[in-house]
Amino acid sequence: MDRRHPSVAAALALAVSFSAVAQEPLKIGFSMSLTGPLGGNGRAALLAMQMWAEDVNTKGGLLGRPIRLVYYDDQTNPANVPGLYTKLLDIDKVDLIVSSYGTNVIAPAIPIAMQRKMAFMTLFGTNPNAKFKYDRYFQIMPNGPDPAVGLTKGFFEVAMTMDPKPKTVALVGADAEYPHAALEGARTNVKAAGLQVLYDKTYPMSTTDFTPIVRAIQATNPDLVFVASYPPDSAGIVRAANEVALKTRQFGGAMIGVQYATLKTQLGPLLNGVVAWEVYAPEPTIKFPGVEEFLARYQPLAAAQQLDPLGFFLPPYAYAMMQIVGEAVQRVGKIDQAKIAEDIHSHEFTTVVGNVRFAKNGEWAEGRPLYVQYRGIRGNGLEEWKKPGHEVVLWPARWKSGDLLHPYDQHRK
Amino acid sequence: MSGPLFANALVSGLLLAGFYAAVSVGISIAFGMLDVVNIAHPAFIILGSYAASIANASMGADPIVTAVALSPAFFALGLLLYRFYHATFERRGREPLRGLAFFFGILFVTEVALILAFGVDYRSVTARYIGTTWRLGTVDLPLRLFVPFVVSVAMTLSLQVFLSRTFFGRAVLAVGQDQLALQLMGVDPVRIKQIAFGISIATAGVAGALLVIIQPVQPSLGREYIGLVFAIPVLGGMGSIAGTLAGAAILGVATSFTATFFGPSWAPAVSFGLLLFALAFRPSGLFGR
Repeated sequence: MDRRHPSVAAALALAVSFSAVAQEPLKIGFSMSLTGPLGGNGRAALLAMQMWAEDVNTKGGLLGRPIRLVYYDDQTNPANVPGLYTKLLDIDKVDLIVSSYGTNVIAPAIPIAMQRKMAFMTLFGTNPNAKFKYDRYFQIMPNGPDPAVGLTKGFFEVAMTMDPKPKTVALVGADAEYPHAALEGARTNVKAAGLQVLYDKTYPMSTTDFTPIVRAIQATNPDLVFVASYPPDSAGIVRAANEVALKTRQFGGAMIGVQYATLKTQLGPLLNGVVAWEVYAPEPTIKFPGVEEFLARYQPLAAAQQLDPLGFFLPPYAYAMMQIVGEAVQRVGKIDQAKIAEDIHSHEFTTVVGNVRFAKNGEWAEGRPLYVQYRGIRGNGLEEWKKPGHEVVLWPARWKSGDLLHPYDQHRK
Repeated sequence: MSGPLFANALVSGLLLAGFYAAVSVGISIAFGMLDVVNIAHPAFIILGSYAASIANASMGADPIVTAVALSPAFFALGLLLYRFYHATFERRGREPLRGLAFFFGILFVTEVALILAFGVDYRSVTARYIGTTWRLGTVDLPLRLFVPFVVSVAMTLSLQVFLSRTFFGRAVLAVGQDQLALQLMGVDPVRIKQIAFGISIATAGVAGALLVIIQPVQPSLGREYIGLVFAIPVLGGMGSIAGTLAGAAILGVATSFTATFFGPSWAPAVSFGLLLFALAFRPSGLFGR
C-alpha cells in the first residue's frame, strides 16, 4: 500500500508528466541544398542554423523544449522539395518549417506551406511569393518590399552617376527561377532609368563556354552589362569578359557565387572592376550590429568543416532567420501558426544582421542590398578579401565607401 | 553578321568541340564498341577533375601533367570496374537494364564519396595559361579553352590510330561485332573488353582535368553532361572515334553559332534538333556502319 499522501503522489505524477512534455523536442523542419550547385552555400547556412539551435538549447530551449532541426538534402533540385516538406509535416510531424536556400527551391515549398497554413520563413528567395501572395510567408534577404526591383536597383543607380550618363544596356542571365526574377527586376529599373536595351537573353544552365555570349553582347556595344547568374556561370562569364576584353562602362550585376570565398579566391584579380550585389562587405562604413561577432564564431567552425571560410553572404542571415522564428514563438508562447505569422508581421526583430521589420508581403520593410566594386585584388588568396578597400561600397549612399571607377575595361586589372 | 564575330564563333565552337570530344570518346568506346552502357562516365570525369584540382592545390601540379600521370590509375580502375560488371551482370546475361542500374549506382556512389571526402564547394585549378588569351588578328584564342582542345584532339587522334592500326585495336573493334568469331581466333573477348573499358575510364580522367581547367566543378556537375556524352557518339556513329570527333565538332560549332547569333537558350534545342535530323537520314550516325 502506498503510504504517501494522495496529493503528493498526484503532484509527483504531474511533475513526471510535465517533465516528459518539457523534454519533447520542438522540431523545426526544412529541406536544404546540401549537394548540387548550391550545396556549398546550403551547408554553410545549415551550420549557422545549427549554431542558433545550440545557442537556444544552451539557454534552456524554446518554450522549455529543446530545439531539434529535422532536415533533408534537396540536392538543389526543386522537384525534390514538395515531397520532402510533405514528409516533414506528415511523417516527422515537425512543429515549424523554414525554407531551403534560394528561389528555385523555395518556390515549390510555398504551396505546401499554404495548404497546411504554416508560417513560412524563407532564406534568400527573390520574389517567389509574387504569384502565391501567401500572407504567412517571410523572407530574410534584405532586398526590400519589391525584392526583384530592390535587388537590381543599385546597379542602375550607380550607373546613372556616370558622366555622361549611360544610354544602353545588355541583360543576360541563366534559364532558372532566380535569374528570371532578377532580370525582371532589372527590366523595371532599366525602364525607370530610360535606358535602351540592346541585348536581353538567357542561357541554359548547362552552358560550358561563355565567350560566344560575351562576344555577342560586345557586338551590340552596350554602355552597361547586367548579369544574373549562378556560381559556375558567374565564374564563366567573368572569365569570358576578361578573355574577350569586354569593352563596356559598367559590368556586373546580381551574380550569385562572387559573394563566396571559393569564387572570390578562384577568380582573384579577374573580379577587379566588376560591380556586384553583396549583402555584407568588410568596409569601415558597414557596421551591422552583431555580424562581426557572429562571423568570429562562424569562421573557425566553417574552416573545420571545409565550408565558406568568409561567411559574409548567407550564414549571418540564416542565423537571423532562426532568431526571428524563435523570438516570435517565444512571444506567442505556443505553436500557433496564425499567431506566429501575426507576431512576425507586427514586431521589429533584433538580429545578428541588425533590426528587421517585415512589410505586408513578408519582405523586409526597408531594404539594404549593397552594390560593391571589387578592386585592387592582386592574387588568389583569402586574406585580401578580409581587408577593407577591396569591396568598395558604391550603393546605397548610407553605407557608401567610395565612388565608381569606370569604364570597366580600363579598371579590369 | 560581321566577319570577326563569325570567325570568333567558329573558333569558339571548335575549341568547345575539342572538350566535347574528350568527354565523349570514352563513351564511344564503352557504349559504341563494347556495348556497356556506362552512364557513370561523367562521374569519372568529375573524379578526374578532383584529382587534378587536389594535385594542383597541394603540389602546384599542372592539371594536364596530373591527368597523364594518373591515367594508369584510372585505367586500373576501369579494369576492376569492368571485371566486377562482367562477373555480376554480363556473364549472367543480365546486362541491359540491371547493368544500367549498376552504373547509375556507381554514379551516385562516386558523387557521395567526393562530397564526404572533399565537401560540396566548387573546386578549380590555377595554371599559367588560364587567364591568358592569344589574339590572332581579330580572333581571340583563350588558352583556357585552347589547351584542352589541343590535348583532347591529340588524345582522340591517338586513340583512332591505336584502334585502327594495332592488332589490339582491331580486336576491340571486332569484340563489339562478333565475340564468338574472336574466340574462335584464340582471343579472349572478356580480356579485350576489360582493357578497352580501362582505356575508356582513362580518357574520362583526362577529360576531367580538361573540364576543371575550363570551369569550376562540384561533385554533381557530371549529371549536366550525361545527355551530351551519349549524344555525340550517337550522332557520330556508334563506335567510331572519327565520328565522335565529327559529332563533337558539329555540336560545338552549332552551340557556339546559336549562342552568338540567335541566343544561347536555343543552343540545346538546335544541337539536339541536329542530332534528330541526322539520325532521321542516317540512323547509324554520320560515320556508322
